[in-house]
Amino acid sequence: MRKGVMRPGHVQIRVLDLDEAVKHYVELIGLIETGRDDQGRVFLKGWTEVDKYSVILREADEPGMDFMGFKCVDEATLDSLAADVSKLGIEVKEIPAGDLPDCGRRMQFVAPTGHTFELYATKEQTGKWGISDVNPDAWPRGLKGMKATRFDHCLLYGDDLEGNLKLFETLGFGLAEQVLDPEGNKAALFLTASMKEHDIAFIKHEEKNKFHHASFYLDTWEDVLRAADLITMTNTSLDIGPTRHGLTHGQTIYFFDPSGNRSEVFCGGSYFYPDHKTITWKAEDLGKAIFYHTRELNERFLTALT
Amino acid sequence: MATQNVCQISVTNRQQVFSVPKGEPLLMAMEKNNQHAIQVGCRGGGCGLCKVKVLQGDYQTKRMSKAHISEEEAVLGFALACRLTPLSDLELESDHFQLKKQQIQQAI
Repeated sequence: MRKGVMRPGHVQIRVLDLDEAVKHYVELIGLIETGRDDQGRVFLKGWTEVDKYSVILREADEPGMDFMGFKCVDEATLDSLAADVSKLGIEVKEIPAGDLPDCGRRMQFVAPTGHTFELYATKEQTGKWGISDVNPDAWPRGLKGMKATRFDHCLLYGDDLEGNLKLFETLGFGLAEQVLDPEGNKAALFLTASMKEHDIAFIKHEEKNKFHHASFYLDTWEDVLRAADLITMTNTSLDIGPTRHGLTHGQTIYFFDPSGNRSEVFCGGSYFYPDHKTITWKAEDLGKAIFYHTRELNERFLTALT
Repeated sequence: MATQNVCQISVTNRQQVFSVPKGEPLLMAMEKNNQHAIQVGCRGGGCGLCKVKVLQGDYQTKRMSKAHISEEEAVLGFALACRLTPLSDLELESDHFQLKKQQIQQAI
């Protein structure tokens, strides 16, 4: 049952070339740049997000994800959730306020799959971009590219899904959907702290700590088709789509940033309440579960990771 | 011989030969040519699926993920085909992508 984690708050992504990456996330996906720090990191957000930033880009020798953070309701919740995580035998490190600009203290830990997660409760709120919070207009003028509305979730690949399930259930997440192999082992987890069908997802993979994609929300299928047009118009590396997922039933397109990190924009999909029964997909029908129309997996979806 | 505008690419492990326009990244030029001698992943130097070993010829590369091409490997001719631009005819091996074994052993 829910324990005070509200939403995916931020993701820090490593890129090989910062300028090329900013062009991808700002000009193509349509995120808003809201700041840079003295380490050269760039801070971005979708226009509907109220906090100052949700995507952090850092130039590095190896693309991938540094960490993903979840925003919690208050500071007291941070301490209680950190204590709960410690009880699982997972070490929790407190990072002081200000280490990320305009962000409060963060409780950081490494999940059984090797991915680094953190919880925080305080970040400067600048409000939705381009519209007032009194009598707000429907949308702001001046949005770019795909006009992504928000950072929505990540899909990560790793080995110990049972361990991650225990960790995220401890944090109050529900298991909205799963993939089970014929022996009943978990091959994928779609976990949520909200009404969304997933706030974080994992797929079973031999290596630890692999990044599959960061996903951004669009309002309509027409917007997804327009995103596909923009991918071609900018000669951007396409993975697959536009299509529909079986899992979550979202409508989607996948493409790559200039450093090979996968991006998704999607719309629609199912919803989840804590009393919902977990939806199960059979691993032997994984093609339909991932790509509902073709019912075939492209190998790249399982192997191209950063 | 490389003519003025075209480089011949010989992928020895797949026994395939194709030509790409000079100055174009090898992997995307191969795709345009409807050839399949090298595995295609992210096309951005990140995932490592298109890792090759160049046996002969001149080329230049853009920045590639250190997770897949270490400095030592780069000296030995390893490269990611999506970040490699041929400067002459090339002889190379594809299919050099490997999962990170050390991490797998830790996971077992």
